[in-house]
This record gives sequence, C-alpha cells and structure tokens, in this order.
Amino acid sequence: MADEKIAVYFCDCGTNIAGKVDVDEVVKWAAEQPNVTVAREYKYMCSDPGQDLIKTDIKELGVTRVVVAACSPTMHEPTFRKAAADGGLNPFLLQMANVREHCSWVTEDPVEATEKAKRILSAQIHRLPFNEALQPIEVPVNPDVMVVGAGIAGIEAALKLADAGKKVFVVERDPSIGGHMAMFDKTFPTLDCSACILTPKMSALGKHPNITLMAYSEVTEVSGYVGNFKVKVRKKARYVDTDKCTGCAACTEACVVQKVRSEFDVGLGYRPAIYIPFPQAVPLKATIDPAKCLTLSKGKCAKQSCVPACGPGAIDFGQQDEQVELDVGAIIMATGFELFDCKREARYGYGRLANVITSLEFERLSNASGPTGGHIVMKNGEAPKSVAILHCVGSRDENYQEFCSRVCCMYSLKFAHLIKEHLPETEVYELYIDMRAYGKGYEEFYKRLMDEGVHFIRGRAAEVSDVAIAPEEEGRLVVKAEDTLLGIMRRLPVDMVILSAGLSPRRDAKEVAQTFGFGCSANGFYLERHPKLEPASTMTDGVFLAGACQYPKDIPDAVAQAGAAAAGALTFVNNPTVKVEPTISYIDPEKCSGCHICVGLCPHAAIQFNAEKEVAEVIEAACKGCGVCVAACGSNVPQQRGYLDKQIFAEIEGALAL
Amino acid sequence: MTLTYSYFPGCSSEATGKAYDISTRAVCDKLDIELKELPDWNCCGSTSYFSIRELESFGVSARNLAIAQEVGGMDLVATCSACYTILAKTNRYFAEDPVLHETINEALEAAGRTYDGNVNVRHILDVIVNDLGCETVAEKVTRRMTKLRVAPYYGCQATRPKGTFDDPEFPTSLDHLLEAVGAEPIYYPVKTKCCGGMLMMTQEDAALRLCHELLKCAQDNGADVIVTTCPLCEMNVEAYQKMVNKAYGTSFNIPVMYFTQLLGYALGVDSKALALQMQIVPVENVLAKVPA
Amino acid sequence: MVELETTQGVKTLHKIFLEDVYSIPGGEKIRLCQQCGTCSGSCPTAYLMDYSPREVIAAFRAGMLDRVLKSNTIWLCTSCYSCTVRCPAGIKVTDIMYELKRLAIKYKSWPSSSKNPAMSKIFIDHVHRFGRSYEAGVIGQFVLTQKPSLAWKFKGLGTKLFLSGRMPLLPKSIKGKDEFHKIIDLLATKEVSQ
Repeated sequence: MADEKIAVYFCDCGTNIAGKVDVDEVVKWAAEQPNVTVAREYKYMCSDPGQDLIKTDIKELGVTRVVVAACSPTMHEPTFRKAAADGGLNPFLLQMANVREHCSWVTEDPVEATEKAKRILSAQIHRLPFNEALQPIEVPVNPDVMVVGAGIAGIEAALKLADAGKKVFVVERDPSIGGHMAMFDKTFPTLDCSACILTPKMSALGKHPNITLMAYSEVTEVSGYVGNFKVKVRKKARYVDTDKCTGCAACTEACVVQKVRSEFDVGLGYRPAIYIPFPQAVPLKATIDPAKCLTLSKGKCAKQSCVPACGPGAIDFGQQDEQVELDVGAIIMATGFELFDCKREARYGYGRLANVITSLEFERLSNASGPTGGHIVMKNGEAPKSVAILHCVGSRDENYQEFCSRVCCMYSLKFAHLIKEHLPETEVYELYIDMRAYGKGYEEFYKRLMDEGVHFIRGRAAEVSDVAIAPEEEGRLVVKAEDTLLGIMRRLPVDMVILSAGLSPRRDAKEVAQTFGFGCSANGFYLERHPKLEPASTMTDGVFLAGACQYPKDIPDAVAQAGAAAAGALTFVNNPTVKVEPTISYIDPEKCSGCHICVGLCPHAAIQFNAEKEVAEVIEAACKGCGVCVAACGSNVPQQRGYLDKQIFAEIEGALAL
Repeated sequence: MTLTYSYFPGCSSEATGKAYDISTRAVCDKLDIELKELPDWNCCGSTSYFSIRELESFGVSARNLAIAQEVGGMDLVATCSACYTILAKTNRYFAEDPVLHETINEALEAAGRTYDGNVNVRHILDVIVNDLGCETVAEKVTRRMTKLRVAPYYGCQATRPKGTFDDPEFPTSLDHLLEAVGAEPIYYPVKTKCCGGMLMMTQEDAALRLCHELLKCAQDNGADVIVTTCPLCEMNVEAYQKMVNKAYGTSFNIPVMYFTQLLGYALGVDSKALALQMQIVPVENVLAKVPA
Repeated sequence: MVELETTQGVKTLHKIFLEDVYSIPGGEKIRLCQQCGTCSGSCPTAYLMDYSPREVIAAFRAGMLDRVLKSNTIWLCTSCYSCTVRCPAGIKVTDIMYELKRLAIKYKSWPSSSKNPAMSKIFIDHVHRFGRSYEAGVIGQFVLTQKPSLAWKFKGLGTKLFLSGRMPLLPKSIKGKDEFHKIIDLLATKEVSQ
C-alpha cells in the first residue's frame, strides 16, 4: 500500500478550471504528496492526447493508481476508466477529483478555490491506496422480451422485436389489442382511416410465430433485474374456451342482456354481456363480463341462450383465472393514456348538459362503425347546425394539468374537417389559445381547415351555458368566450360542444410503475431516463417506455418511440450476457448475524435471506450500490465495494490534512 | 351536543340585512347552535376598503380575528358571504405571507391586541350543513315545505375564491339543505352568478342586467321563491325587481328571502320572529304553500 | 391615439407599478399570463368595459398605463372571483384589480364616468368614523354628492326600507374607536400605495 505509484492529472478544462484555480500551484503541491509519482497539467484531459497521457504513464512509469482532477464523474469517469483499462490498469484504480462542479464553478474567490482544489485532490490521493481492483460482473441474459400494453406503440415494438427474431410476450389488459387508436375515425393529417392502418398491424401481431399474445391479462408481480426478469401474469377468465371459440359472434346476438354500456363506444352505445369489443378484434374471441352476466353475477339466467347458440360449445361458466410465470430479459411498457375527466371542468357542463361531448365520444359518433353508424347527431338524433370545439380542456391549466397535451390542436382540426365532410352546411367554431401544428404536414392541415371555412376564435372558452338571454339562444348551448383578437365578448349559440380534452396518465400509473420498479414524473407519466437523450428508457436497466404512457404524443411519435424502445431492448437481449457494475454491496457471511434488517430496507429487493445459512445475501445483478444496507446494519457488516469504510475515512482525512 | 361559535353579524345586519341576523339567531336557537356575538366587532372592510387601502383593510379585518382569538376556543362564523370571504382572505394571507403577518401584528399590538392565525372563519351555511348536518336539520323540521320550489342562490363569495366548503361553480350544500326541509331545489345553473354587488349604486344598468338574468332563470325554472346567503345579493335581487321590470319590460314579482328565514319557518319559528315582514316582495304566497 | 409609453417618466412609473403588483401575495404570477381570455369571458361586466381584464393585464405589462388607469375596467369589477377561480395560470386577477384601484386612487387617475372611487372613499370614511359601515349615511352621502338623480329613482325603495326597519337613520359606533384608529394610523404609515 505504501508502495503505490499515484499519477495525478490536473485538467485546465480550458478556462473552466484554470480560470479560477491556480493550477500551477496545485500541481506543484500535488507532486510532493505521499505516493505521488508524477503530477501533470493538461488543457483538456478528456481529449485523445489527454487520455494518452494516462495510458503512457501507466506503461512507462509503472503507475499503479490514477487521479484525474477535472469535471464531475458523471461526465467523464467512464472515459478515464476506459483509458486506464486500455493502458493496462484496472479501471477501478482510477478516481476523479471534481474540481469543476464542486470547486471552480461554485467558488467566487480564486484563493479559496485553489485551496479547495487541493483539499479535493488530497482526499483522492489518500483514498487511492485503499482502492481494490474490482472485476465487472457478467450475468446471463434471457433473450425473450415482454411488451406490456398493445396499443399502437406496444404493437409496433412487439412487431419490430419479433421480426428481429426475438420471442415476444405481449400482455394486454383489454379483451382485444388496438388501444385507443382502434376507436378513432380518421387520423391527422393524412385523414387515413385509423382502423384501416391499424388492423393490418394487429393482424400481423396475432399471427406472428414469434409473438405469444396474452390479451385480457394483467401483470401482477415483477421481480429480478435486467436480463433476468420474472413476471407473473394473471390471465383473466373470459368464461369462453378460446381454443374452441371461432369469433362467429352468434353468442353476442343470443345473449339476454343486450344493454350494457359499451366501453369501446365510450358509453354512447351498447354491447351485450357476452361480447366481442369490435369486429376487427384481435384475438377474435368472445368475453363474458362477469358483472353483467346474469349467470355469473346473480347465479340465475334462465335461458343461458349463449350456450346453445355457440356451435363449438365454447361457453365455460366454470373457467378460472390462470396464473403464469414468465422469464424475460427486457420489458417494454406501452400502457397508454386516459382521457382527462371532463366532469372536473364543471363550467363546461359535461355530464350536466346534453350535447356536450368529449373528443373520444366524437370519434365514435363520426366513425362509421360507431353507435350512430357514422352520423354526427345530437342526443335527440338530429344533426347539429353549429358545433363549437373547445381547446385545452384540462390542459395548460394550473388547476388541472399544467402540461400541454400536444395532440389536441391537431385532433380538433381533424374534427372540424370531419364535421364539414359529414355536414357541409354546419358552422364550426374552434376556440383556441394557441394553434400548435408542429409536425410534418400539420401546418398545411391547419391551412386546409381555414380554407374549409371553419371559424377560428382565439379565446379560451369561459363556460358553456344553457341559460338564454336572447331569442336565438333559446334551447341551445351558449359558449361564452372573449374573442381576444377582436377584443370583444362573444356568446356563441351552438347545438353541440366538443371538449378537446387532454391526455392524462392512467390512474394506476404510479402503482404499475412501482410494480415494474421505475418511477413517474411530477406530471404523473412514466419517468424516462433522460428527457432528451433517453426518452425510451427508464432508470431501471432493461425496462423501456413507448407511447403515450411516457407523455402525450401523436401516432408517428408513438411508433418512432416504440422502435427506439425495441432497439433499446435489443441492446440487452441480443447479447448472451450483460455487465453489471461491481461497486455493489457485499455481505460477509461470517459476520452477518441474520437479523433481516437490510433485507426489508433494500429499495431494489436485491438482498435475499439464505434460510439454510441464516445469513443475508446480495443478489449481485440486482444491487444498484445505493448504500442503504451499509448504513442500516447495526454491526457494520455490508460493505460497498469501491466505497469501503476505510476508503471513505481516508478521503476525509485527506481533505482535512492540509 | 351544543355547537358554539363566535358570531360576526356584519354591518348589513344592522340595516338592510337585519332579517338575516334575526332569522339566523332564531334558526340557531332551534338547532341548538350557540352564537356568541363577537364583542365590539368592527366592519370587515368589505370590498370597498381593499379598493383604497391594502394594509389598512387587512388591519381592519384582522382586529376582528384578534378579538375572536381572545375570546378563544371557537370558530368564527359570519352570515354575510362578503364578510366571510374577507375574513377568510385575511386569514389565508396571514398564513401565506409572513411579512404581512408581522406588519399587521405590529399594528394590532399598538392597539393592545395580537393575532396568531389560529381562528377558523366559517360561513353559516357551512356550519349548518357540515357541522350540524342535514339529517339533524331534517329531524327538527315541523313544517315540511313539500310543494315549494326554491331557487338556491349562493352568490359569488360563499364558494369563491377558495371553494373551502363547497364547489366554486356548482355548489350543492344549500340544495341539500333545502331537500332536508322537504323543499324542491330547482335546476338553477346561475346559482353562483354575480348580482352586481355595489354596482347597483354606482352603475345600475350593469347590476340590473345581472339581476335580470338571475330572476329570469328562476322564473323559467318555476321557482316560487329565491333564497340567498348574502345581504347584498338579497337586496339586489329582491328590492330592485321593479327597476329590472322597468328596464326589461318584465313583470317579476318573485319573493326573495334569506335561506335562514326559510329554514326557520320549516323549523317552526313564526314569521314575525324571522322578520319576514321586512321583505319588500310579499312572501304570503310562499308561506301559504307550506302546511301550517 | 398616441400612447405615451416611450417617455422616461412613464417608464419609471411603470416600474413602480410593477413592483407594487409583484408585492401583493402571488402578484408576480401576472408574468405567466397566456392572454387566453378566460378571465374576460367569465367576467359578468366585461361587456361594458373599455378594455377587458385580459387587455388590462397586457396593457399593464406593456407599460401602457393610460389604458389601465383611465379605462372603466377596474371600477366595473364586482369581486365575483370567477376570473381568479378559472385562470389557468393561477393569477389572482381580482386582487390585481384591487391593486390597480389603489394605484388609480393614489395617482388620482380614473375615468370621470365611474362613480366607484367616490363610493369607496365615502364607505371608508364612514368606517373610519364609526368603526362600522353606516348604510344610510353611506348611501345618503353618495346620492347627494355623486348621483342626485338616484334620490328620485330610489325614493320608493328607500321609503319602503325605512318603514320596514331595514334602514335605520342613526349610526352605530364601536366602543374601541381609539384602538381601531391606532391600528389604521400605524398601517397608514406603511402603506405601499400611499
């Protein structure tokens, strides 16, 4: 230990460090410190020549420890450790001394900054002799991938992975895949029929030899770590034998309970108690709603007419949920969104005033396969002569959701077009604050709508009222808003109001995130690893994000992100092993008293209790090196490799040694 | 169990809002709610004070809170929605702004008082519906107002800006209370729309238009009577109906009363004790609909 | 109409006004206004205003103090708080209207058409004197000095109110007038918009 040869490199970082710290003085001082063989200054240590200095000194001077005084380890520790490795030195024998973010950038006085730089450097010089040459841990990787959620994002990710030759398990909570996109009428800006472009992908997924689809299923438990996830899935009972069911839908016509509010039609239409959600459902299998089926909920359906109606005899009232456990190497979350609950905006009258509808409800009205056969009608069955579309419902609002929901301006324009297409004589008003038409073809789409004679009013609707003060308002809905471009107050009498509601995170997003071991942002959506550079990954290795579950986005962006998530998953599952950082906890079985305290405290569930030996053991690949067990143990048994007590104390002594 | 409160009557209760004070006391007597009038209370400041002076208006309002703190151990209940909002606002700003708190306390100390911010300010509607409960009220009803269609007019300041005890746009506590006495609260979507307040004096065409909307909606939905929670609302909607009629060619003659007057009548208090004779628009038809 | 926004005097005044508004609790949120118009759309008297609440906020931020102080907007505010409840930026619009009223009185700038400043002044005079608002006195003084035509308009109503006991002619005073004045006097010295 006393014979270590420490090389000290002090980086100027241009003027970032050298502009505040007297580098000459520090380097001179460093050369005289214990165990220091060589002390050098360089302008940019992270550059190739800078790194070469390290490699050369290791080879030629037999350097055994290295400290690079420069920026934050988050920036360049991997860079310098790789340089050390290339030079033939174990990378964990190199430490960085952060004299930029911790010193030159935050200290005003140059004299104080120089003094502080010395202390920071001294801490590392004292610590280095206690560093150990750690070896990275390699764990095997299961090549299969799980995709949770099968809307457009989940479908795309699954198909990409399956086409790449991977085995994919797709878990979808609803009876059919397709998500929200299956409900839409046309999509902006191309006005493609949503189902027409989605169903080929749905069909491909259903048929793909590499994909195992578990629809009407939910993930109940996730354990493990990257490359080795163990996922428990509950396959909910459909009360229909899916091996026998051909999807002929005869049962749905025979069922005695015909009027259950259809989820697919957002409550505007009805379905029977035994149902297929929509004609293009994948898998095309019937499902019985246990809350509405008379047999299952009350034990008495005299006719049970579904049973004789079913040719293959697939009805099975005794069916049970099935639990399966799957091993996968990576997981992609694509659980989508919920629409903002418009009842919360009481001033718009949703739920109180007939003919105030949400965006999803309008999609179903406009859709030819919807509850009104594609006729845009009011509750009384008549076509509206005027429609107001209100932007930013629940969005950009401190009282509800602060964020902009991104897609609403575009879908509002789409609605205006659809109304003009179905009902050319109907007046359409768009009440907006800003028109956000940012994507490819979006601004052109906006212009098109202007050309179609839609009335654009810049002003956020203050309220929707049914109280008339003028004859033309009697019996109609009145939208009150300030036309901010004209500077006048307007009362618009209309027949129908469409609320362009924002996209919200799913109400169980937090619980789901917790189940899978990652977190949520402040706005409730899943938290990405980095908002700019890693939007499709989470902080948890091996778990990826795709689609609106990470943040509201349109279909092109969801598809793109799904591709990114699939590629991210492939970076793990395409390799036979994955390297795990060795700076993890180690519990000496000789010293552990088996008190269990650390087991419960570990936030990554990385400590298990070996009942036979009666000691706690660290699951190496799951340990993230957070240090909780090290701090919690009353007997000071767990030690974090690379952060041993003696290393920490040496740092403290080094910092105080001046 | 007797509920006890410090009672802030408000300046209107000595003049145009007298009936509110009288009926509130009568109702609380019947409901076993004890009201202890705040000793030597002063004007809450009203919206006018805030328009001219900021710190002084907080100080004027805070003296009442300081007295309430001295009396101690009870929530402070106001009947007038404006008094309620202003006292609650002072309370809230005290909590949010320590500099303001310190400045006002300095002034209070000059007067030999102090205020720590611990007094809860309540509205009488909140107290009856939430502390006592509609069920308890229903049990004490002796005259069920079964055929009576009532427009519940909350006004602006009972539930705005904070909506502490009910929704700022579509509150329901008064509706529930009316149901508890057997009456039928009508569909009244303008229930929290402004009556114009002080504008009736300074710019009456604006206030008349607002009152017209309130009266028309009540009439269109078949109201026999409008009940209010604020003396200014009551005045505007009741006393100026003739002026509304003149301006709009209507013929409104809708009785308006404080909700405590109607509640008191349901609880068996006689009309004199509820100051019903003080109403400008006669209320005999309303009372006639209720079984004696 | 030529705006005086470029003169140095107005610029300085604008700075002072901004500081005053920022000093009310939550006042600095005025910077977050998206100009969406919800406040104006919700306002029961906006249809009468020279400039809507939204425009007043925009004018205020731009330093166009003429518009802010000489318009009837702030004096038509009834304190219904609809704007405050609905503002998506969390701006306390009503409180800002109050602050602008105070600034208008301080700089003696309000439209001659508005009687509100006079009413408010008469109100607080009475509160000063009696510790309570004395309705007959306030209304009486207002009518006599500001709008004598009201005396004729309201004669029927006034009589009815008096006869039914809702308009006592004599004022009631609080006992603690001394301490009341002490509070007001001390705060008057600290008043920002003095």
